[in-house]
Amino acid sequence: MEFKKMDEIQKRILMEVAGLHTVPEGAFNIRSDGQLAGRASSANIEIVSKEDGSGIDIHIKPGTKNESVHIPVIMSKSGLHDVVYNDFYVGEDCDVVIVAGCGISNCGGMDSEHDGIHRFYVGKNSNVKYVEKHYGEGDGTGKRILNPVTEVYMEEGSHVEMEMVQIKGVDSTDRSTVAKVAAGASLVVKERLMTHGEQYAASAYLVDLDGDGSSADIVSRSVARDKSYQKLDLRVNGNAACSGHTECDSIIMDEGRILAVPQLEANCTDSALIHEAAIGKIAGDQLIKLMTLGLTEAEAEEQIVNGFLK
Amino acid sequence: MLELKNIRFDVREGTEDIGIIRDVSFTIPDNKFVVVTGPNGGGKSTLARLIAGIEKPTEGRILLDGVDITDKSITDRARMGISYAMQQPVRFKGIQVLDLLRLASGKGTRVTVAEACQYLSRVGLCAKDYIMREVNASLSGGELKRIEIATVLARGTKLSVFDEPEAGIDLWSFQNLIEVFEQMRDSIKDSSILIISHQERILEIADEIIVVADGKIDRMGPREEILPSLIGTTSAVGVCVPLGGKPAAVPQVPTDENGNPIPKSQAKGGEI
Repeated sequence: MEFKKMDEIQKRILMEVAGLHTVPEGAFNIRSDGQLAGRASSANIEIVSKEDGSGIDIHIKPGTKNESVHIPVIMSKSGLHDVVYNDFYVGEDCDVVIVAGCGISNCGGMDSEHDGIHRFYVGKNSNVKYVEKHYGEGDGTGKRILNPVTEVYMEEGSHVEMEMVQIKGVDSTDRSTVAKVAAGASLVVKERLMTHGEQYAASAYLVDLDGDGSSADIVSRSVARDKSYQKLDLRVNGNAACSGHTECDSIIMDEGRILAVPQLEANCTDSALIHEAAIGKIAGDQLIKLMTLGLTEAEAEEQIVNGFLK
Repeated sequence: MLELKNIRFDVREGTEDIGIIRDVSFTIPDNKFVVVTGPNGGGKSTLARLIAGIEKPTEGRILLDGVDITDKSITDRARMGISYAMQQPVRFKGIQVLDLLRLASGKGTRVTVAEACQYLSRVGLCAKDYIMREVNASLSGGELKRIEIATVLARGTKLSVFDEPEAGIDLWSFQNLIEVFEQMRDSIKDSSILIISHQERILEIADEIIVVADGKIDRMGPREEILPSLIGTTSAVGVCVPLGGKPAAVPQVPTDENGNPIPKSQAKGGEI
């Protein structure tokens, strides 16, 4: 079955952000140009609109295993400003995959903006994989703006793995991710970011490791090309006997600029916190090696960047 | 066939030009396995970099099959048939061994995983353990070196240049790696191989040996002429001590705080 109500642009964006070309299996909610374009709940995953119309609540029953939820957002009209609250209530002992993401196609002269606020309440011993992809296209003068807010509240023994990718076409993004991690719970974040042209991207993390045995591993890899600017602000607070690691690894090209602000706050003598931050251009030896394999300098650069962001 | 004609390479230090390579000429004919040896700092690696196009000579010409490639880029030379294995291979975050072998082969994804694995097996790596690994800091120096050699095998060009393949590989592992070069020697066909090495076992399979010292060719010629004069020098190092053998005992001499030896009669403490 295909999405009948969508035009080709919308379908293509859906493919970019969620890898979908047909209706996904399991629960899903597709929002297109500020309207509901499709929804399905499953036996274990229920999606309902908030009473005030500001977004959706996703309830995942305790013990739900090997199921997925897709909640992509598509914007194909110029001049839209969309604000959505999506709250995920994940019961205890679940193992689920959540795929979100937003794609904007803006061929008009007015700015299009989507601000998605995602809150996750993850029950004890649950395992959640969250994948979020942002994508923009269109040759209009209107800007494509995405300002996602992600909040994660993790109960004891839970595990959340987040993959956040923004590689192309988003003019301005201001991302905020907040997490509170209870005893024995672990958070793993892999962020991939590339900016072009005059794009601006800021990404801030604030992770509180509140329980003994909690851990966080936040790895951000980014590439700033042309005249783009990125600000990466990774903060971990160790409030218990915990371990935290942040890594901010960036390549700058052309006239790209990056500000990396790693911050650690140890509020407990048994917290072990590490941060790493490195910014630099592509190493000359890397280019030379690939050129000795017959690649041009531009091809070598492309391979190095693609690998780095893989 | 590769020809180097009156190659000079100077680097500027302050206001002075320092001659790293000073008028070097030689020819590597097709179907030859040539080893360049000589003391450290003599200019061997610079020669390899000049051939690969990473450095440009201050003077002189380089010809590949009669075509002047002196002004050609690294990429052009690679496409014309020159491969180069670095002495200290580069690491790449995110690029997998398979990606690198596919890039090296020039055939991209048309190279199957099984084909790529064969190159790794040839350099003595258990292919399934490595093919999906990232070429990053998780690989040891020796593993990286083998992968570097595998990329040259995957290219299969008419001239392959290896800069000290033994560097960074433990001597026992290098025993196996020598077999790789012996196989390359046997299947050389119309290609040629230039290896910079101090290893006696590599020198033993050379057709020609070139000794480079102080930026100049000290001597060159067929192996049987040159090798005897190198045995026992740092230009031809034995691969390892015999099984069960012990390294020669090096007597320790006590020194004072400035590092000067103290005569035994004055040395404090017990026996040495």
